[in-house]
Amino acid sequence: MTAELVRGQNHPVSHSRVEIRVSAGTPVLALASLADDRGRFSGPEALTHPGAPSLPGVRSPEELAERHAFPVDLDAVPAAVHTVGVVLVLPPGGPVRFGAVPASYVAVADPEGTELAGYTLTGLDGETAVVALELYRRQGAWKVRAVGQGYAEGLGALLADGGLPAPEAAALAAAALRTASRTGESDPTLATMPTLVRDLGSPRAPDEAPAPAPEPPDPLPASGSPYAGTPGPAAGGDVSPPTLGPGTLSYVHPRRRPSSTEPPEPAPRATAPAEPGMPPRPVAGDADGWSMEERLYNQVWGMFEDLARSVAAYRSAVEFADSRMDRELDAALSDPRHRLGGSGNAARDTARARRDDLVAQARAVLDRDLVQLVAECEVVEPALPAAYARWDNPVWHGHRIPGENPLALRLGDLHLPERPDLRIPMLARVPLERGLWIDNGRTGSEAAMAMDTDRLRRAAMDMAVAYAARLLAVHPGDRFSVHVIDAAGAGAASLAPLVRAGVLAAPPAAGAAGVTQTLAALTRRVDLVQMALRAGAPEDLPPDVDTAEQLLIVHDFPHGFDDRAVTRLRYLADEGPAVGMHLLMVADRDEASAYGPLLDPLWRSLMRLSPVPDDHLADPWVRHAWTFEPDLPPQGSQVLEQALRLIAEARRTGRP
Amino acid sequence: MTVNMTKGQAINLQKADGGTLTAVRMGLGWQAAKRRGLFGSRTREIDLDASAVLFADKQPVDVVFFRHLQSDDGSVRHTGDNLVGGVGQGGDDESILVDLQRVPVHIDQIVFTVNSFTGQTFQEVQNAFCRIVDETNGQEMARYTLDGGGQYTAQIMAKVSRVGTGWQMTALGNPANGRTFQDLMPSILPHL
Repeated sequence: MTAELVRGQNHPVSHSRVEIRVSAGTPVLALASLADDRGRFSGPEALTHPGAPSLPGVRSPEELAERHAFPVDLDAVPAAVHTVGVVLVLPPGGPVRFGAVPASYVAVADPEGTELAGYTLTGLDGETAVVALELYRRQGAWKVRAVGQGYAEGLGALLADGGLPAPEAAALAAAALRTASRTGESDPTLATMPTLVRDLGSPRAPDEAPAPAPEPPDPLPASGSPYAGTPGPAAGGDVSPPTLGPGTLSYVHPRRRPSSTEPPEPAPRATAPAEPGMPPRPVAGDADGWSMEERLYNQVWGMFEDLARSVAAYRSAVEFADSRMDRELDAALSDPRHRLGGSGNAARDTARARRDDLVAQARAVLDRDLVQLVAECEVVEPALPAAYARWDNPVWHGHRIPGENPLALRLGDLHLPERPDLRIPMLARVPLERGLWIDNGRTGSEAAMAMDTDRLRRAAMDMAVAYAARLLAVHPGDRFSVHVIDAAGAGAASLAPLVRAGVLAAPPAAGAAGVTQTLAALTRRVDLVQMALRAGAPEDLPPDVDTAEQLLIVHDFPHGFDDRAVTRLRYLADEGPAVGMHLLMVADRDEASAYGPLLDPLWRSLMRLSPVPDDHLADPWVRHAWTFEPDLPPQGSQVLEQALRLIAEARRTGRP
Repeated sequence: MTVNMTKGQAINLQKADGGTLTAVRMGLGWQAAKRRGLFGSRTREIDLDASAVLFADKQPVDVVFFRHLQSDDGSVRHTGDNLVGGVGQGGDDESILVDLQRVPVHIDQIVFTVNSFTGQTFQEVQNAFCRIVDETNGQEMARYTLDGGGQYTAQIMAKVSRVGTGWQMTALGNPANGRTFQDLMPSILPHL
């Protein structure tokens, strides 16, 4: 049972041998500081750092990593030491402040690996060094306290605060950071621009011990995101992007500050620290989860729920205020005392004023919540990994084909009329539990009614292509394949980018024969994989069965479908999701009306999405109607083509 | 520190330092009474349920109970149904968390009730209590013991109501009969 500490809270440490675990959203340096009973450092030997990683009882890690685990033997700590601090430092060249990276998590675990206490470092902003936790002696026993004290001026200031003379503190800090970049990178050219190069996926230096990661590396390029750098133009004039060798594109943001071995200058504080009594400033990744991806997913769902509930509170208050006013107006009208004189008007005015007063109060509360959610959205949106990010998020420009399947996929945005500019990412878990249906029928919604048929159909198919590209781009090279059925060839214009890039498993199937052939092949795959799974022998599949996740885009249903093909499609819709076979229909339900109610279960089993803003989705908590808006690559942007090129390249290199 | 409340007593929900409370928890704990008989050690399971009814202007607008664990606005949350009560510990078996700052502005009273879902009367319940805890620091602010227990299956425990800009809690301790909060509505209304 982990005790989740809040800042300032303490917790007993019942074991003398503990492990300190650090999980940060970006490579950090983890150090330990030993202080006496007055919190003072005795000298340079009071700090473990990569140049001198061991002190009695403590051995801190020697390299930069997103995850650290290091042991502390509290019995072996000298008696004069009363406090062992766990210090996190951002390395030079990486993100320039803790406020720009997802919140770090630090925990104390017992020898069996059970976490005793943990603390998420929230509310940091311009700091580059932070005392996360401290273990301290209290009446002969050890306790742990969540500290979270950050220093914008860096490690030197932290050490000076502990009583080291300023020159000595600065020298020690410089030594710690210098040795960190040396041990982290053996290649001197890499050492001059440490995190930029590493985060963009170049091979790690051979002598760098792999981080003790119980989970796969996060695809979230926290420090590779341009948001992590100092905003605004670089101070030092033109910065030529470093070349990474032939055949490698440089993804360095042109306005990024040149990295150097000097500690980065702290970014200007955007806002003052949270006032007492004010809500804390939001931090990206401030939710539960094993990985940053999962934490962000949960955070987005948390924001979704909070917005739904805040709006529910507002709406119910307004509804109540209205009904109360009606009641009071009725009473005022029927009261015989008001028939003479002006007292009736006064009563009516009072009733209206009471209503307006309550609505204003409710609106104030809603606005308070909305401000908080908007602020959270502003930090979360830039921190999202590609699978969750909007197409216009710069993370797409530095995107690389990941090594692991994503957790979820962004389908679009959701918003409510109370605050249309507050967009909640609509994330769906991958593999998708149900198929998708992009409704290109004009009768589906008011916005669709206003569009002409051709534009609507084109928009729907473009949306399907964007989903296909996104799914391909966030899966490892050979783990996802896309099939297309476009019986009449009407979607050719939209499909062109997919066809050109050569990322489809086969050319779009046309005509009745193509439909039958594609459906037969996919039905066989679902059938075989199901059988293999039931028999518990997935390795016995015939070699020609593609075990990758599949996406089937069906355009212009039911054109080119005979009864047998329709039955197969329904089979795929029902049985497919369990064996990694997703269906994406781009269809107008009215066109299939000849089948009557026979196809109703098919439509119901699919998640309906619209290519135009439409309020047909309900949240699971209070069932508001949310306006869904698809997320498409911006007009004139090359991001989709770029992503498709990456996929094609990964295919070529990934498969022999 | 803890105020042991008596029936009808009201306390203002304020922190010791005068600041207003932001989040409180209504905790309910009980143990099944030992059954006397041939197999004296055998206890019978008793399922008590805590519910909170949210009122605006004496009209019920929302309710939080084991089938609706969170009010629509998210400010009142039930931590989940406990079917058997505590096994000898004195802790809370069911809790309802109220985030007072987020309670919608039109809600002016929240009434907490306890029902015996399995139908046993409170005579068969031991050590039943209801308490209010300051959720931000875990300190118990008030405790109300279900004394004696009589031939009834429900109790209207307490209400939390708006007073000025803050909130106050009133211990009600009114016995009633019913399986869920719906049966209690007639008995709740006189207390609003």
